[in-house]
Amino acid sequence: MTNALTDLLATREWLLLDGATGTNLFEMGLMSGDAPELWNVTEPGKIKALHQGFVDAGADVILTNSFGGSRYRLKLHHAEDRVFELNKRAAELAREVADKAGRKVIVAGSVGPTGEILEPVGSLSHADAVAAFEEQIEGLMAGGADVIWGETISSEEELRALAEAAANKGAPLCATLSFDTAGRTMMGVTSRHYAEIAPDLAARPIAIGANCGTGASDLLRTVLGITEAAPDAIVIAKANAGIPKYVDGHIHYDGTPELMADYARLARDAGARLIGGCCGTKAEHLRAMRAALEGHERDGRPSLDEIRARLGEFSSASDGTEATGEGAEGRRRRRRG
Amino acid sequence: MAEEDDIILSELDDEELVQQMHDDLYDGLKDEIVEGVNILLGRGWTPYDVLTKALVEGMRIVGIDFRDGILFVPEVLLAANAMKAGMGVLKPLLAETGAPRLGTMVIGTVKGDIHDIGKNLVSMMMEGAGFEVYDLGINNPVENYLEAIEKHQPDILGMSALLTTTMPYMKVVIDTMKEKGIRDDYVVLVGGAPLNEEFGKAIGADAYCRDAAVAVETAKSFMARKHNRAIAAG
Repeated sequence: MTNALTDLLATREWLLLDGATGTNLFEMGLMSGDAPELWNVTEPGKIKALHQGFVDAGADVILTNSFGGSRYRLKLHHAEDRVFELNKRAAELAREVADKAGRKVIVAGSVGPTGEILEPVGSLSHADAVAAFEEQIEGLMAGGADVIWGETISSEEELRALAEAAANKGAPLCATLSFDTAGRTMMGVTSRHYAEIAPDLAARPIAIGANCGTGASDLLRTVLGITEAAPDAIVIAKANAGIPKYVDGHIHYDGTPELMADYARLARDAGARLIGGCCGTKAEHLRAMRAALEGHERDGRPSLDEIRARLGEFSSASDGTEATGEGAEGRRRRRRG
Repeated sequence: MAEEDDIILSELDDEELVQQMHDDLYDGLKDEIVEGVNILLGRGWTPYDVLTKALVEGMRIVGIDFRDGILFVPEVLLAANAMKAGMGVLKPLLAETGAPRLGTMVIGTVKGDIHDIGKNLVSMMMEGAGFEVYDLGINNPVENYLEAIEKHQPDILGMSALLTTTMPYMKVVIDTMKEKGIRDDYVVLVGGAPLNEEFGKAIGADAYCRDAAVAVETAKSFMARKHNRAIAAG
């Protein structure tokens, strides 16, 4: 099965993804606590300007403004009955910009977590999660998304529900997890584990990888983990532009365009083919990343020491992929027997 | 598993049983925790001793492994649920016996943010550590926080945010408290995935807590300082 993304991947070594949605919408006046997805209807010009800025900076793939577009997330803004409309509009806006780019630009329909915890630990049933994702995917595909793009997922259960929804809707899927807790996701998934389960998901992702998390160094360690466990996988790297800082009432990420350019080179060396930025990444970062990738001769896999030296310290000593493998194994067990 | 069923809790002596309860909390075994609580009470333990020696100590161990990246959110949620089940038995008894509380906390996720996983963990771990916790849930405007601290007069106010889009709202709450001249009456702790220590300082919080285990340690140390000041003043 081919689609716009696999077709483009067949002709290119690497593709540049886009940058941050939230960070940039704040700069355009989005207020803390407001739903970015509502802007697809109330401020379409600003959403298109956001996409246009990324396309002009060289992005080959743009993500729709629909991260929080599931009914569980929209409920907070009393918009849970507008899932189809808001997601369709999100895809249409990105589509308009992509189709006028003068080169091939892929529209990826962003799907973030529901914010709920799935059974058995939490209360959201698998069936309800699948239904919610299906609803969002329907809107995105109706609006012209080329591929569904799961982001910032932390639980295996939620990933499986998303993949099932994509399979049920016949939508091509890419999915990135956020590895933000000692190199694992909040729910304990390691990079290796993700690489191992990905091929057997209900919809096999075209590409797998990592986004957001805790800085570029950690994210590249995750990419190394994935590419080691699944050398043939197409891998996504979408790191934050540094660390969030609070300056004059706004969140500012401290990663410079130069740092992100170097991160992009290292991501390529680590084996990622789809490279972009997450929170804090602006058009100026993307431009630097594009230039860096175009001028870069792919080098060998970087060592952790090299990543540390060039991008900064890791947030944790280990990322749970060491020899023991099985991660969250309790060190104590019910004894006697 | 058959071999695990072979453990008869009521046949263990007190020390073994408490150890076993620490293990059972670690493994999130709710029914076993309730059984253990009832056995200890039946043996004449005070509700306060059951709480501190069996449950709080057990959750402390869980907290350490969570902090060290050995346990993750799912395991901690299961452990906290098991502790909550045990607390369900102890709570009415603790109220009757007037057992000491470590302190009181009001906690909530800020306006615009529906994420409550981290906040719930902090809430449960704080209860597990012996604090009285008033949980305001998600999406709280500043009015909710003000009303709750007025009503409950807590020692600590906790705020949580998971989004870079909502974390600035914490400053709105702290600034409003300053305007009203009540900021320094409370210890303000903040937490959430996108936050960091520098952010906590910049918005005027007393501390940023990286995770639920750190939140408990931080809360305890602030309570100890408050206690010491009270003694020094008295």
